[in-house]
Amino acid sequence: MLDWLPENISTYGMKIDFLFYLIYYITNIIFLLVAGFMIFFMIKYRYKEGRKSEYTHGNNKLELIWTSATTIGVLIIALVSAPAWKEIKIDLPEPDIIVQVTAEQFNWRMLYPGPDNVFGTADDLEIENELNVPVDKVIHIKLLSDDVIHSFFIPNLRLKQDAVPGREIIVWFEAMKTGRYEIPCAELCGFGHSGMLGLLYVHSSEDYEAWVNENWPES
Amino acid sequence: MTENDHVEHSKQSIWSKYIFSFDHKMIAKQYLLLGISMLILGGLLAMLIRWQLGYPDEPLPIIGLSDQYMETGEVDGVVDEMWDGWFEDETENWLTMTIPGGVIGPEFYNSLFTMHATIMIFFAIMPILVGCFGNFLIPLMIGAKDMAFPFLNMLSFWVAFIGSIVMLWGFFVPGGHAAAGWTGYPPLSSSVEFSGVDWGQNLWIISLMIMGISSMMGAVNYITTIVNMRAKGMTFFRMPLTVWSLFIVAILLLLAIPVLASALSMLLFDRIWGTSFFNASGGGDPILWQHLFWFFGHPEVYVLILPGMGIASDLLSTFARKPIFGYKAMVYAMISIAVLGFIVWGHHMFQSGMNPALGMTFMFSTMAIAVPSAIKTFNWLGTLKGANIKFTVPMLNTLAFVSMFVIGGLSGIFMASTPVDIFIHDTYYIVAHIHYVVFGGSMFALFGGIYYWFPKMFGRGMNMTLGKIHFWMTLIFFNATFFPMHILGIGGHMRRIANPMQYEFLQDMQWINEFITVSAFMLGLAQIIFFFNFFYSMYKGKKSVDNPWEANTLEWVAATPPPHGNFPTPPIVYGGPYEYGVPDREEDWLSQVTKR
Ligand code: HEM
Ligand SMILES: [Cu+2]
Ligand SMILES: [Cu+2]
Repeated sequence: MLDWLPENISTYGMKIDFLFYLIYYITNIIFLLVAGFMIFFMIKYRYKEGRKSEYTHGNNKLELIWTSATTIGVLIIALVSAPAWKEIKIDLPEPDIIVQVTAEQFNWRMLYPGPDNVFGTADDLEIENELNVPVDKVIHIKLLSDDVIHSFFIPNLRLKQDAVPGREIIVWFEAMKTGRYEIPCAELCGFGHSGMLGLLYVHSSEDYEAWVNENWPES
Repeated sequence: MTENDHVEHSKQSIWSKYIFSFDHKMIAKQYLLLGISMLILGGLLAMLIRWQLGYPDEPLPIIGLSDQYMETGEVDGVVDEMWDGWFEDETENWLTMTIPGGVIGPEFYNSLFTMHATIMIFFAIMPILVGCFGNFLIPLMIGAKDMAFPFLNMLSFWVAFIGSIVMLWGFFVPGGHAAAGWTGYPPLSSSVEFSGVDWGQNLWIISLMIMGISSMMGAVNYITTIVNMRAKGMTFFRMPLTVWSLFIVAILLLLAIPVLASALSMLLFDRIWGTSFFNASGGGDPILWQHLFWFFGHPEVYVLILPGMGIASDLLSTFARKPIFGYKAMVYAMISIAVLGFIVWGHHMFQSGMNPALGMTFMFSTMAIAVPSAIKTFNWLGTLKGANIKFTVPMLNTLAFVSMFVIGGLSGIFMASTPVDIFIHDTYYIVAHIHYVVFGGSMFALFGGIYYWFPKMFGRGMNMTLGKIHFWMTLIFFNATFFPMHILGIGGHMRRIANPMQYEFLQDMQWINEFITVSAFMLGLAQIIFFFNFFYSMYKGKKSVDNPWEANTLEWVAATPPPHGNFPTPPIVYGGPYEYGVPDREEDWLSQVTKR
C-alpha cells in the first residue's frame, strides 16, 4: 500500500518513510492478531443450544499484561519518532540559501533576496508560484501569509507547514534529485483553495547558476 | 406528588404529550427523529460531495445540464430547457446561485463538506447517541422514574430544535452557508472579505452556541440523574457501561463546551464588531482559535465514540451470553480516556506553526491515549472468548463496531507520530481515520443500539431480514468507500479540494476517487433500507414482549413500551448488569432485579 507514496527526494524524507513503514508493519500485525482472534472466537463460540458460556468476569493478570505491552509499544513508536521530528522541525541546519514564501489567496509568492543576499532591498526578485533551488543544498523557506492560513505542501519533499498571518515560520529541506515538482496548498483557504498550486524546480548546480544569471537583477 | 402526576397524566393534551412533553422517553424519541432527519440530510450532502470528487465539475445527474448541452449548447430535455431559460433571463434563484447548470463548483463544494461534518457531528450523531439514548436509557437503566429535571430536559430538546432551524436557515442566505470547514479556522471564518460568506458563517456560529446551551442543559441533567436517582442497590459499579459512558460524556461536555462557546463568541465578535481576537494585524492570533477549538474538539470526538463504546459493551455481553470481560478495567479505561482527552488537543496542530517542541509533548500524550482504547478492545475480545454468541442484527453491528474501531484507532497511531503526520496531515488519510472511528465506530453502535432498543421504545421489533441486508451492505460499502481513502492519503491527496484533476500528481489516482464515489452511492442506497425499516416497523413491526433479548438490565424489567413513570414500583437491584451464563441456573441470564 505504501507504494502509493510519491517519490521521495529530500534528505529527511527517508526517515519519515521509514517511520511510516515501521508503524505500518506494527499496526498490521496488531490488526491481524485482533481480527484473527475475533474471527476464531466468532466461529468457535457461535451459539449452540443448551451450551453455557464460560462464567468469568475478567483476569487482572491479562489486563496488566496487555496494558503494559501497549504502553511499551506506543512509547517505543514515540521514542523512535522523536529524533526525526527534532531534525525536521526543531533543529534546523544552517542555510545555504533562503527564500521567502508568502502565501496569499491563491498564490505562492516566492521572494529571492537578490545578489546582496538581503530581503527588502531593490535587487530582490519576486516570482509567482515558481520556486527555483539547487540540488544538494540546505534551503530555508521563510513562510508568511498575507491573508488566511495556507499550508505549504511539497509531497515529494515530505514537507508540510502551515503559513499563518502574523507569523514568520522557517522550514528547511535539502533536495537530492533535480526535477519539477508540485507545491499544492494543503489548508482550506477559500474558494480557490482547490487549484492553488506552485511549482518547485530543483536544478543541478550549473543550471541553478545559469538561472540566477539569467533572472536575478544585476547588483 | 404521585397523586398529582396521575391527574396530569390522564388529561394530557396532544401538546403536552407529544410536543412539550416532560417524559424522558418522548424527549428521547424527539431527539431520535431530529437526528434521523439530519442524518438523511447529511448523507445527501455527502452524496453531492462524492459526485464532485468522482466527476469533478460535471453537472449533477437528473437535475444538471445534459452532456449534449455542455458540449454543443443545444437543449436536450426539460432540465436543459429550465436552466437555459434561467440563463437567458439571468434569473436569480437558489439553484442558479448555488449550482449553476447543476455544477457544484468550488464555492458550494466548500459549503458542502463544512455542513456535512457539522450536521453529522452536532445534529445527527450527538442528538441520537447522547440525546436519544441518553434520555431514553439513563432513567430506565438506573431504575429511576424520569430525569432529575424533566422541564430542563424538555427545554434542552427545544433549544436544540431551534439551533437546528438556525443551522438550516444558513443554506438560504446570500453568500451561501459556512464554508470554512467544521473546524472553522480564522481568518477564513472571521472575515467576509476572505471567504465571501456572510450570514452563513454567522448563523453557523450562533447555531453552534445554541446547540452548546442545549448540551449543557442535557449534561447537567444526566449527571444529576445518575448521581442522585439510582434505584436501591444500583451502586456505581453495578451500572451498565452505557450509563457509565453517558455519565463520562456529560462530564466531558460540561467541561469542553464552555471553551467552544467562548471561542465562538470571540469569532462572532471578530466578524460583527471588528474585534481582533484572531486577527494578527489587530494584535490577535489565528492559532489561538485552534487551541480553543481543539481543546473542545478532541474531547468532542470522544463524546462521539464513548456512547458507542458503552452500547457496544452492553450488546456484546448480552449476545455473547457472557459477562463483560474486565468491567472495572472498562470503566477505568473510559475515565482515563476522558482525562487524557483534555491534554492531547495539540495533535491536531502539529503543522500549524505551534512551537514544534510542544508538538513533541503532544505526541507522547497522544500515544498514551491509545492505551485505554487498546485496553477496551482487548476486553471486548476477552468477552468473546468462551462465549455462546448469538449473531443477531444488533450483535452484527456491534462486532462491526469493534473491528472498524480497531482500524480507526490504529490509523491514529500514524498521525500521532509527528514526522509521519507531516506528510499525512490534511490529506485523505485523516478523512479515512475520521470515518473509521465515527462511521465505523459511532454509526455502527448507533445502528446496533437502535435495532436493540427499538422494541422497548416503540413496543414493536424491527424487521431482522431487512436488518441483515442493511448490515451487510453497510459493512461492505463502508469499507469500499473509506478504506481506499487511506491510499489517497498516502498518495498525498489533500482533503477539502474540490477538483483533484487540477494536480498532476493526483491524476493517476482519479480512478480511486471514482471507485469511492460509486461505493458511496451504494452505501447511501443501503441506508434507505434502514430508514424504511425504521418507519415501517414503528407502525407495522411485530409486537414485542417485555424482554425480547433475555437481557439483565433494568430497562427490560419495565413494561413495553414503558409507561409514564417507568416502573410500577421502584425496582431494587441485587447484582451487576452482566450476569450471563451463571452456573447452576437454568436460564443463561440473571436480571439485575432477581434476588440471589
Ligand atoms: C487510538 C486513538 C486515536 C489516536 C491516536 C488519534 C489520533 C489523531 C490525530 C493525531 C489526529 C490529527 C491528525 C491530523 O490532522 O494531522 C486525529 C484526527 C481526528 N480524530 Fe483521532 N485518534 C484516535 C481516536 C479517535 C477517535 C476514537 C475518534 C472519534 C470518534 C477520533 C476522531 C478524530 C477526528 C474527527 C479527527 C479529525 C479532525 C479534523 O481535522 O477534522 N479519533 N486523530
Ligand atoms: Cu489553500
Ligand atoms: Cu484529537
